[in-house]
Amino acid sequence: MTEPILSVRNLQVEFASRRGTLRAIDGVSFDIARGEVLGVVGESGAGKSVTGLAVIGLIDPPGRIAGGEIRLAGQRIDNLPPEQMRRIRGKRIGMIFQDPLTSLNPLYRVGDQIVETIRTHLNLSETAARRRAIDLLAEVGIPAPEKRIDGYPHEFSGGMRQRVVIALAICAEPELIIADEPTTALDVSVQAQIISLIKRLGRDHGTAVMLVTHDMGVIAETSDRVAVMYAGRVAEIGPVQEVVRNPLHPYAKGLMGAIPTLAGEDKRLQQIPGSMPRLSAIPRGCSFNPRCAFAFDRCRVDRPEPLPRGAQSVACHLYDNVTAESAA
Amino acid sequence: MLAFTLRRAVQAIGVMFAVGIIAFSMFRFAGDPVNQIVSIDTSAAEREIVRKSLGLDDPVPVQFVRYFADAAQFKFGVSYQFRQPVSTLLMERMPATLELAICATVFAMVFGILMGVYSALRRDTMLAKLLQAISLIGISLPTFLIGILLIYLFAVTLGWLPSFGRGEVVKLGWWSTGLLTLSGLKALIMPSITLGLFQMTLIMRLVRAEMLEVLRTDYIRFARARGLTTRAIHFGHALKNTLIPVITVAGLQFGSVIAFSIITETVFQWPGMGLLFVQAVQNVDIPIMAAYLLMVSLIFVTINLVVDILYTVVDPRLRATVGRAT
Repeated sequence: MTEPILSVRNLQVEFASRRGTLRAIDGVSFDIARGEVLGVVGESGAGKSVTGLAVIGLIDPPGRIAGGEIRLAGQRIDNLPPEQMRRIRGKRIGMIFQDPLTSLNPLYRVGDQIVETIRTHLNLSETAARRRAIDLLAEVGIPAPEKRIDGYPHEFSGGMRQRVVIALAICAEPELIIADEPTTALDVSVQAQIISLIKRLGRDHGTAVMLVTHDMGVIAETSDRVAVMYAGRVAEIGPVQEVVRNPLHPYAKGLMGAIPTLAGEDKRLQQIPGSMPRLSAIPRGCSFNPRCAFAFDRCRVDRPEPLPRGAQSVACHLYDNVTAESAA
Repeated sequence: MLAFTLRRAVQAIGVMFAVGIIAFSMFRFAGDPVNQIVSIDTSAAEREIVRKSLGLDDPVPVQFVRYFADAAQFKFGVSYQFRQPVSTLLMERMPATLELAICATVFAMVFGILMGVYSALRRDTMLAKLLQAISLIGISLPTFLIGILLIYLFAVTLGWLPSFGRGEVVKLGWWSTGLLTLSGLKALIMPSITLGLFQMTLIMRLVRAEMLEVLRTDYIRFARARGLTTRAIHFGHALKNTLIPVITVAGLQFGSVIAFSIITETVFQWPGMGLLFVQAVQNVDIPIMAAYLLMVSLIFVTINLVVDILYTVVDPRLRATVGRAT
């Protein structure tokens, strides 16, 4: 088996606050293989975005990576000095943020921003970098790129700006792209275009993608595997068809139950009762237990660890062999 | 763009018209100007002659139109105390004030931006906190006190710098400059610092606040995610965005620098327009006061206009909206 491009082991991210240390990410582990698209889903505050930021090394104080390991193609990157980490950002890991309207500096032409990024990472002349920038804009589907390259961000629509942002993220041929809710701020019609663009670019360049979103539809369409996050932990991770059709974790089941189907039965959508706990009040044991219909005594005491089950991996005592037998 | 400039210019003329009314009404309401000119024992007949020669017996609207037409050609009448045309007096004094104001602004901009950027980027260092504390002093100490303290320290105690005056000046046409002689430059140091200190602290605090704001924006985060060097992010992306409001404030402040130079010029006996104005107030020399009022507002209005236009040059978004609106 080849080495995964990204390997995260037992990652912990903490934020120092006035009321003590809050643990936003608590023991997250996952791998992304070369060229694979991993979808990361969960509610707001589940730690999806923070995981993405931790991978690219942009957790700012008061936050910090408190434990665990992040490896990029086998090389440990979570403890690199800032200057070395900077060289990895943009060069080996690209990032796409949620809001294309605010991601670009309004005072610089888009071409200048792309050329600047290219020349930071690749040893190219001004003219070569500009030619490459035009090619990139063409590749992400911007019409008349040789003209548009001299435009300012405000002259582009939201979808076009997100294409520029994507061009910026891939301009140095990174091995991994972290896309943090890349379509949330866009029109539904544009969303599909952006998603297929990210998918196509990933395939053409052999780039792995970590796609952070709360949109299960987007995940089902694009991802090879999916990780369901809840309260700073991975509840379930596995191939996308398995997780969507046959979710194991009660939380994942709840999420899938909340997807409207095109078949259009007039049933009310399933709802998960309650809301996600605040970071300062994560319950003992399994963090999902107060909202879980299947919770039993052990869930309130012991924290479940992710265990493989078929192609999936799930952190739930229901699938713990010992308890499963004793409960049966 | 042209229409925008024209519209702003028309607004500026409106403002100048309003100021003109105020300046003119000073003549009407600040006592009888004839009494200021003649001595106590002048006869009533002689007073009438003076009154007639100054056109003060005409109806008010006529006087106003005449005053305004003259003012538009930079003719402000004759000073009561100096018996010279006011415009000549102002022209003589203007280079001194402008040189002082420009030096003070350059001093304020250079040090204000440097200190502001430093205290934003190294916000937790001792020096940054010290600068913040000192800036509070700079903002709250009155100008004349700073001037007197500087004079006491550098002129009286240490004897390094002259305590008053402009030093030797060189004539370049009608412009007299103190920038070309050593004594002129030395004389410029303390007044510039005194005049610029308030603006410097203002700019420093503004740059710091703006910079911290800009550093939190998404495009800076995205610039970091693209792996740009810290230097490119701080001094390319962040500073340029920071400077937009700073340009406005610094530009608008240039008007107040000229207006506030009254105090600094008085403390340092600087032979500029401000000192002329203070002397005019003491002697109820209304033509000078009215002309000064018009001059300062003209400078203010011009600066506002220039800043508006500069803004559109720096910010492409504004250029577009302005272009579309017109």
